[in-house]
Amino acid sequence: MTLASSPDLSKESEPLQPKGWLRYFSFSVDHKVIGLQYLICGFIFYLIGGALASAIRIELTSPISDFMPRDVYNQVLTLHGTIMIFLWIVPVVNGAFGNYLIPFYVGARDMAFPRLNAVAFWLIPPAGLMLISSYFITGAAESGWTAYPPLSINTPAAGQIIWILSVLLLGGSSIFGGINFIATILKLRRPGLGLMQLPMYCWAMLGTSILVVLSTPVLAGTLILLSFDIVAHTGFFNPVMGGNVIVYQHLFWFYSHPAVYIMVLPAFGLVSEILPVHCRKPLFGYTTMVYSIMAIVVLGLVVWAHHMFTSGTPPWMRLFFTIATSFIAVPTGIKFFNWVATLWGGRISLNSAILFSCGFIINFVLGGITGVALAQVPFDIHVHDTYFVVAHFHYIVYGGSVFVIFSSIYHWYPKFTGRMLNENLGRLHFLLTFVGFNLCFAPQHWLGLNGMPRRVAEYDPQFTFVNQLSSAGALLMAISTLPFLWNVFQSAFNGPIAGDNPWKALTPEWLTSSPPPVENWEGPAPLVKEPYGYGETPETLEVALDKDLELGGDEK
Amino acid sequence: MTTVAPVEEASKENISQEEVHHDHRLFGLAAFLVADGMTFAGFFAAYLTFRAVNPLLPGAIYELELPLPTLNTVLLLISSATFHRAGQALKRNETDLCRRWLLITATLGSAFLASQMVEYFTLPFGLTDNVYASTFYALTGFHGLHVTLGTLMILIVWWQTRKPNGRISSENVFPLEATELYWHFVDGIWVILFIILYLL
Repeated sequence: MTLASSPDLSKESEPLQPKGWLRYFSFSVDHKVIGLQYLICGFIFYLIGGALASAIRIELTSPISDFMPRDVYNQVLTLHGTIMIFLWIVPVVNGAFGNYLIPFYVGARDMAFPRLNAVAFWLIPPAGLMLISSYFITGAAESGWTAYPPLSINTPAAGQIIWILSVLLLGGSSIFGGINFIATILKLRRPGLGLMQLPMYCWAMLGTSILVVLSTPVLAGTLILLSFDIVAHTGFFNPVMGGNVIVYQHLFWFYSHPAVYIMVLPAFGLVSEILPVHCRKPLFGYTTMVYSIMAIVVLGLVVWAHHMFTSGTPPWMRLFFTIATSFIAVPTGIKFFNWVATLWGGRISLNSAILFSCGFIINFVLGGITGVALAQVPFDIHVHDTYFVVAHFHYIVYGGSVFVIFSSIYHWYPKFTGRMLNENLGRLHFLLTFVGFNLCFAPQHWLGLNGMPRRVAEYDPQFTFVNQLSSAGALLMAISTLPFLWNVFQSAFNGPIAGDNPWKALTPEWLTSSPPPVENWEGPAPLVKEPYGYGETPETLEVALDKDLELGGDEK
Repeated sequence: MTTVAPVEEASKENISQEEVHHDHRLFGLAAFLVADGMTFAGFFAAYLTFRAVNPLLPGAIYELELPLPTLNTVLLLISSATFHRAGQALKRNETDLCRRWLLITATLGSAFLASQMVEYFTLPFGLTDNVYASTFYALTGFHGLHVTLGTLMILIVWWQTRKPNGRISSENVFPLEATELYWHFVDGIWVILFIILYLL
């Protein structure tokens, strides 16, 4: 074999992945492809979960059960909760934006474990399909996304077992992703880049990933025990055999309370990226932001039993968990004031991205206030299991996380596709979503305070009008998806060309072409030590933008 | 107060970044083992809560025999030491010695599993008798699954070292190191499990 050519050359000419749109259906190891896979897959599940939510709101326009049978109602609300949490918000705020942005922010060419990354993504579509198909095969799980025993043991077993299996797969995907983020942020930082110079989203993802790695396995173990109870008739959660249902609640909420932070901490990070760019000011209080995130991570692990104040928890436990939960308001409040201070006196361009970010700040503060109220035992006992809790939860995860997802899509769409979105359609989308969302969920506070229980298809006729208001809001939210979808599809082909850095931003993902080439930069990775250096000195911006990055996109 | 470092500095630092490819796989495995450990922690917490909170059903706790599990503990602790010897031997490039230690470790792991089976068959209670029995089988079974996997991994490493320049050698010790870390973890979990389940 004297003519054997250099193995390096032959390897390089071998394509890493299919070209064009086909690569989004391949086992690609490119972090940008995987990020968009997460995003689009998550959005499809969002549409399905949204359709289920619409079905719930249609059912609730009248006080009697007329739109669907009661057991189907239970299946629909279980699927809605599970899909929105495990298939939309968690994969998108973590997987989609995390995979796309973190390697840029740490100055790496890819994630630490690219193959594991692809495996983590490809666990999601089968798990989601399994979950949804269970409705058509045997009837889906009926016990809500919390799957409390004995309800989950007494309802039809097949749907519940399929639910457990798909949540286990999604949990595995989440853990693999978390390990990858921790390794990437801690180990793959470009030489010369310190931890305190990282963009805030890195810190948010580090904190989130620590929560994922510490708490998700506990949920997995709990669900394995639950499946033993269902299939093998063991008695872990069956008092007749010496078991204890409260143990399930403790183990479940040990994951599922941090899960709220897994959904909302990355959103905090994304907002901290978006606000400085669009108001041309440095992020206010970087260091306090970092410590707040870490405080939320630590506190988030020790507050779970505030979900169980009516489960016969002893007084000392109630006291501890009330105090710990109230404490979370401190770091969260610090973040809130920091965002407001970032906006204060800035040159704000009121585009769709910042509108959704400001919408997030308003909604999240309202959700946070009801959260502090719910942490107080006397109040919690009054509104437990009512629509007040539903309203609080949706203010956090929809008003919080989903608003940020939309804001991030408006912010990073030019980077993803190389084209701008239509701002007028974006503002219309924001208006419809914001009005629709508040019309849908604000009245539910009143419903809850007046005693309307959640998860029941029928209610006292005195609540009819307020429920119809809420349903009208839901209709607006459903309609608001249309301008967004139209905007995203037509801008992908006809939108104005964005250029490398349409927002004149300083974070490293903008210092390359749009969309970026396969290994992120044609040349060396830029060393960005001050990702929020807006407005400090006039030259700062110049330095970043004058740097002639001769970059070519891989899709030219 | 520059945002972007001068290009010369950047490219200099970049060279070191591109040429040195650090291996973070052991770090990733360690993070995974933390997650795995949390699963066990959940099981332990459940078991301890059952014991602390629940009224004792008549005849609910069966006295567990100690000799066999003590023997099991000793077997696993020795196997951790033998695995360590195997790793050292491979790093010194003494492949034959390494393979011998690996085989001894795998034998100890199999002996543990066999002895666990003997215990299962001689116990006076079954999986669904009561919550303590269920937790006992869930915990030891989940751990046994880990030992089974570990033993298979040891045998795979043993097979891959059969040729002097095979896939695992002193040039590429990662698969052996990863298996070793995992094996020590499984042993550590057993020690905690032994204390909580048998001694408490």
